[in-house]
Amino acid sequence: MSEMTYRDAINLALKEEMRRDTNVVTYGEDVALYEGAFKVTRGLLSEFGELRVRDCPISENTIIGVAVGAAMGGIRPVAELMTVNFALLAMDQIVNHMTKVRYMFGGQTKVPMVIRMPGGGGSQLGAQHSQSLESYFMHCPGMLVAYPATPADAKGLLKSSIRDDNPVIFLEHELLYNSKGEVPEDPEFLVPFGKAAVMRQGEQATLVGYGRMAILALQAAQQLEKEGISCEVVDLRTLAPLDMETVIASVLKTGRAMVIEECWKSAGLGGDIASRIYEGCFDSLLAPVRRISGLDVPMPYSRKIEKLCIPQLEGIVQGVRDLFNESY
Amino acid sequence: MAEMLRDLLSEEELLGFYEQMVLCREFEESCAEQYSKGHITGFLHLYTGQEAVAVGCTAGLLPRDYVISAYRDHAQAIVRGADPNKVMAELFGKATGLCKGKGGSMHLFAPELNFMGGYAIVGGNVPIATGLAWASQLLEEDRVTACFFGDGSMNQGTFHESLNWARLWELPVLFICENNFYGIGTEVHRASAQAALHRRTCGYDIPSEKVDGMDAIAMYQATKRAAEWVRERQHPYFIEAVTYRFRGHSMSDPAKYRSSSETEIWRSRDPIPNLSRRLLEQGIATKEQLEEIDKRCLARVEDAVRFASESPWPEDSEVWEDIYV
Repeated sequence: MSEMTYRDAINLALKEEMRRDTNVVTYGEDVALYEGAFKVTRGLLSEFGELRVRDCPISENTIIGVAVGAAMGGIRPVAELMTVNFALLAMDQIVNHMTKVRYMFGGQTKVPMVIRMPGGGGSQLGAQHSQSLESYFMHCPGMLVAYPATPADAKGLLKSSIRDDNPVIFLEHELLYNSKGEVPEDPEFLVPFGKAAVMRQGEQATLVGYGRMAILALQAAQQLEKEGISCEVVDLRTLAPLDMETVIASVLKTGRAMVIEECWKSAGLGGDIASRIYEGCFDSLLAPVRRISGLDVPMPYSRKIEKLCIPQLEGIVQGVRDLFNESY
Repeated sequence: MAEMLRDLLSEEELLGFYEQMVLCREFEESCAEQYSKGHITGFLHLYTGQEAVAVGCTAGLLPRDYVISAYRDHAQAIVRGADPNKVMAELFGKATGLCKGKGGSMHLFAPELNFMGGYAIVGGNVPIATGLAWASQLLEEDRVTACFFGDGSMNQGTFHESLNWARLWELPVLFICENNFYGIGTEVHRASAQAALHRRTCGYDIPSEKVDGMDAIAMYQATKRAAEWVRERQHPYFIEAVTYRFRGHSMSDPAKYRSSSETEIWRSRDPIPNLSRRLLEQGIATKEQLEEIDKRCLARVEDAVRFASESPWPEDSEVWEDIYV
């Protein structure tokens, strides 16, 4: 184990997989010479050369289309979209092509590709650069969706993503890039898809999160412990496949559940997870399932009001208290 | 003096061109009939009139080259070597179809023939072609990727992004625009500020030419020359095949936006008589020989319909297959 940042863990995963398999290539806007807008691809061009690490034009839809074709043609592209917001320019290739070719061609091809996308809000980047679009990807069958919360998961999940024969959306939270954690050095360390992590055991309430929301859930649980409330924290790790088994087992034990989502509440993934909790735990619930969500507004710039729009630690803590204070 | 076809191709190859065009024509006419009977449903876009493009281009490529098409793809697949039985079964939605009945008319695919599929989002296959070409270059496979699309695709962003990209990365893509003059009902000059489509590639420094898409021999010569050029230089090239669809955009389109005189002019340039006339004039084939080929093609298509009719439907469990590896 060694301590490293989320950014460096992703960087290491890329390097290890590119060393292991010469068919792994990476490209995107400013990925090579500039070493990434968030410096995630630092050192890749110098180690692997310009045939395997390439800059490309600002053409998001074609970035993804090229990856689909390249993957069908036998290489394993890892495409970077500079931020998740720009994925909206590529939704045609993501939804109409990447997730469809295997199915509509009767299983005669596969698309082993990864799209890395930094995203999330909280850096005062305004309405067009602060979105959390995870529910969009989760909605469509045919792709896997990973959203790591910790450096170790970032490394292990990215390595699994690159080795997987399915297309993978790999979401990275911009505010987590500098977060630190212990990361296994073993180049065969992999984190599987569809396995949520119980980050913390607890007895009275289950907090379900992913990405940065899992980190906030963990902090809330630590604070609530001081008030005598014992919370279990489930980090989903991958949104597709979704490990409801772990969530339901936890809620059956605790009887209370809160889902924390950074995305907008309307048609957000929290509603889907809450409904599945009701289906699986109805008789065991001691309180209605709560959702803490991003506000249904375009993100404002000003720091004073931006934070109103993103789930905050205090809001989560209060939300958990309410699970106990209200009488049902 | 008229071009002597024997100087260009063997008699066998020339008769092969004729046979492939007739097979495609009979196949498409049979599709229309099966559609009217309700055996084929959904969208159905027929290739009737454009046969010279698929036949000539395919002959100008090597078997290892990739071919990628759009949604008017039956003839492209059949000419590449796909079994007409399986293509017809796919259109019928049967389990024996080329894609197990899960793709339908617009989504044929035959990787063993390097036929990399039919795609139904206008312009959507162009970046995929670019990616295929990149993969083949990285893997040192010495392939050209031939990407077919219609005139409508040329107004999509993906088209322009891909041409720029293919030239920038020096990728072996042969872009082939089948200009049949209509994006559904919108004539090309009403959609493209520059209606001479081959001239639109100059902004990407990609050489281009316009070819008579009603002449299989011309299409063959142009494609062969272009494919060799692309293969040698690892540099994209663009062909505008000027052609015409005799039917509407799809089965639901009576094509009222075209005058009958326009259609008549193009019908007089029908690629099949266009070739058979020369085969007869130059003593390459007799009338009886051509009639024999016609009969063989008709029988082949009847066999495909029979195969499709008698084939089983997909199992219900098939709905969950092939989403993930």
